[in-house]
Amino acid sequence: MNAPVSSTDLETIEMSYSEAIKDAMDIALARDERVILMGEDIGVYGGAFQVTGDLVHKYGEDRVMDTPISELGGAGVAVGAALTGLRPIFEFQFSDFAALAMEQIVNQAAKLRYMLGGEVSVPLVMRFPAGSGTGAAAQHSQSLEAWLAHVPGLKVIQPATPHDVKGMLLAALDDPDPVMIFEHKLLYKIKGPVPQGHYTVPIGKAEIRRAGTDVTIVATSMMVHKSLAAAEALQEAGISAEVIDLRTIRPIDRDTVLSSVEKTSRLACVYEGVKTLGIGAEISAMVAESHAFDFLDAPILRLGGADNPIPYNPELEKASVPQVEDIVSKVTDLLKGKI
Amino acid sequence: MADQTHKNEPFALTKYSGEQLKEALRKMHLIRKFEEGAEDSYMRGLIHGTMHLSIGQECSAVGSCMPLAEDDQITSTHRGHGHCVAKGADVARMFAEFFGKETGYCKGRGGSMHIADVAKGNLGANGIVAGGIPIAVGAALTSKRLKTGKVVICFFGDGANNEGAFHESLNMASVWKLPVVFVCENNKYGMSTSIERSTSVANIADRAAAYSMPGITVDGNDFNAITEAVDQAVERARAGEGPSLVESLTYRWRGHSKSDRNRYRTKEEINDWISKDPIIRFAAFLVEHAVITEAEAAQIEEDVETEIAAAIEFAKASPDPVVSDVSRDVYTEAQV
Repeated sequence: MNAPVSSTDLETIEMSYSEAIKDAMDIALARDERVILMGEDIGVYGGAFQVTGDLVHKYGEDRVMDTPISELGGAGVAVGAALTGLRPIFEFQFSDFAALAMEQIVNQAAKLRYMLGGEVSVPLVMRFPAGSGTGAAAQHSQSLEAWLAHVPGLKVIQPATPHDVKGMLLAALDDPDPVMIFEHKLLYKIKGPVPQGHYTVPIGKAEIRRAGTDVTIVATSMMVHKSLAAAEALQEAGISAEVIDLRTIRPIDRDTVLSSVEKTSRLACVYEGVKTLGIGAEISAMVAESHAFDFLDAPILRLGGADNPIPYNPELEKASVPQVEDIVSKVTDLLKGKI
Repeated sequence: MADQTHKNEPFALTKYSGEQLKEALRKMHLIRKFEEGAEDSYMRGLIHGTMHLSIGQECSAVGSCMPLAEDDQITSTHRGHGHCVAKGADVARMFAEFFGKETGYCKGRGGSMHIADVAKGNLGANGIVAGGIPIAVGAALTSKRLKTGKVVICFFGDGANNEGAFHESLNMASVWKLPVVFVCENNKYGMSTSIERSTSVANIADRAAAYSMPGITVDGNDFNAITEAVDQAVERARAGEGPSLVESLTYRWRGHSKSDRNRYRTKEEINDWISKDPIIRFAAFLVEHAVITEAEAAQIEEDVETEIAAAIEFAKASPDPVVSDVSRDVYTEAQV
């Protein structure tokens, strides 16, 4: 892997998460002729979530390619291109559409290097707008990152801040292996400080967003922000929560999680993907089978998506994923020994 | 395009030298004896899993690869041993791969269904029907974007022509005018399901019209016919005119895999095709046109037998992978 590129000497400006993604792609397209963007409606339309914006006007249709509505074929073209010398960034319009492309992602991209005895690499980046809260209902609101994180050969990241989404996308482009980026749709408009120019944020390293002593909350994506809001409320009730932004879910930053649990003795996993067999299950097991197990003073708490498809009705939709109040209430119960 | 003044002369004789044609015959024998050697090794317990033999399809594989330069690329199928040899693979490393050895093309990690020879442009056999089709289109996209001049031949069978990936890939290759040639080796059966029972067109090449590309059906067991059709398609691709679909009619003598009991076809049909052995046909053609003598033809076959025997010995003597290396090469750099 290329050495991480520090951002400490770079000037920082306030940018939205989607602007940060676009900035990363702009930098990548300018510095490396092998980089191409592929996706539905990413050209003059600017992308379903207006992430690519006007990049097509700057780089042309040969480098910002509108594909037909052909997720399986399109993903496979991206695999073949990555296999033979290009650096494609393939955008799925919604993460739910990954289901159409699973053959090429799971059977091809993830496995070609291994099956061919290390003779090839597949430096492919795929971006997935994910998550609920927009009223788009069951087929446009899923969090399927756990599906892909289950597959050896893939790397799966969920940057939660504008700073991280730009740096991790740039890191993904340096990575010789397939990197799947799950971007929560509700994050696109959030703003934050973003260094100008090229820098990377390492894949595989979690970040402690808030130090605390009573409980470790390991969260991903949108749930990082909900957990931080919950941590404020918990603090007022005298509970000091440490919030870890996992950032990468394959590979998980084991050391950061285990050290934190040894410090706080309690663990809560907060994630939007369906709770059953989701990323929280992996984190819980990882802790339970480690030396950190002996430090636990309470059962492990998981707050994840409900075991139902995301409903259309707004109240039902909210009830289907953890909200700030749920995190506050359940973590409080955990501390009170009620779990 | 065939030179008009040689209109009556077989295409292969106008296009290829005597040396090239002898090499083509040698490769066909190499494929046949490789497959027979693999079959024999399997019976002896030296190969595990299963295999999808292409005995009977040698002319289609070799003929299709004639117009390709070494750095042109192919994607192949689960029935890909022939394509691998046609593209210049070393049969010793192929046997080593099938025996699961570290000296194999895929270090024993891939086996028969995933055999590849990347240095010679073979991007790999594929265990998923139609799995290699979009990948071939992607390789052609790279060629166009980076202006490498490479052409990609995408091999697939009649079964693949009903997969969604086939349709999506041909459409994109056509819309983007990519330098890829789709060669469908129609051997009449997917696994057990005949083309008549599975496919809504009489000729797979008819589907080319749906994707606005030229389509042609040829006798894949006729060297002249297959080389001419693929050559035209490759030239078209090289000239930047986009993709083509070539349907190569051929037949596999053996079942789909090692567990096929051939319940879906008759012994008469199989024997009829065996009586029209494409290698015997090609050798006779070369002798008839004085490209080689019968003695030379026999010598080519004998030399191939020697090469195959040595290759099997190499594979037997090769080391097994070290078990503790099982997670190597999942990623390009070791995970911390």
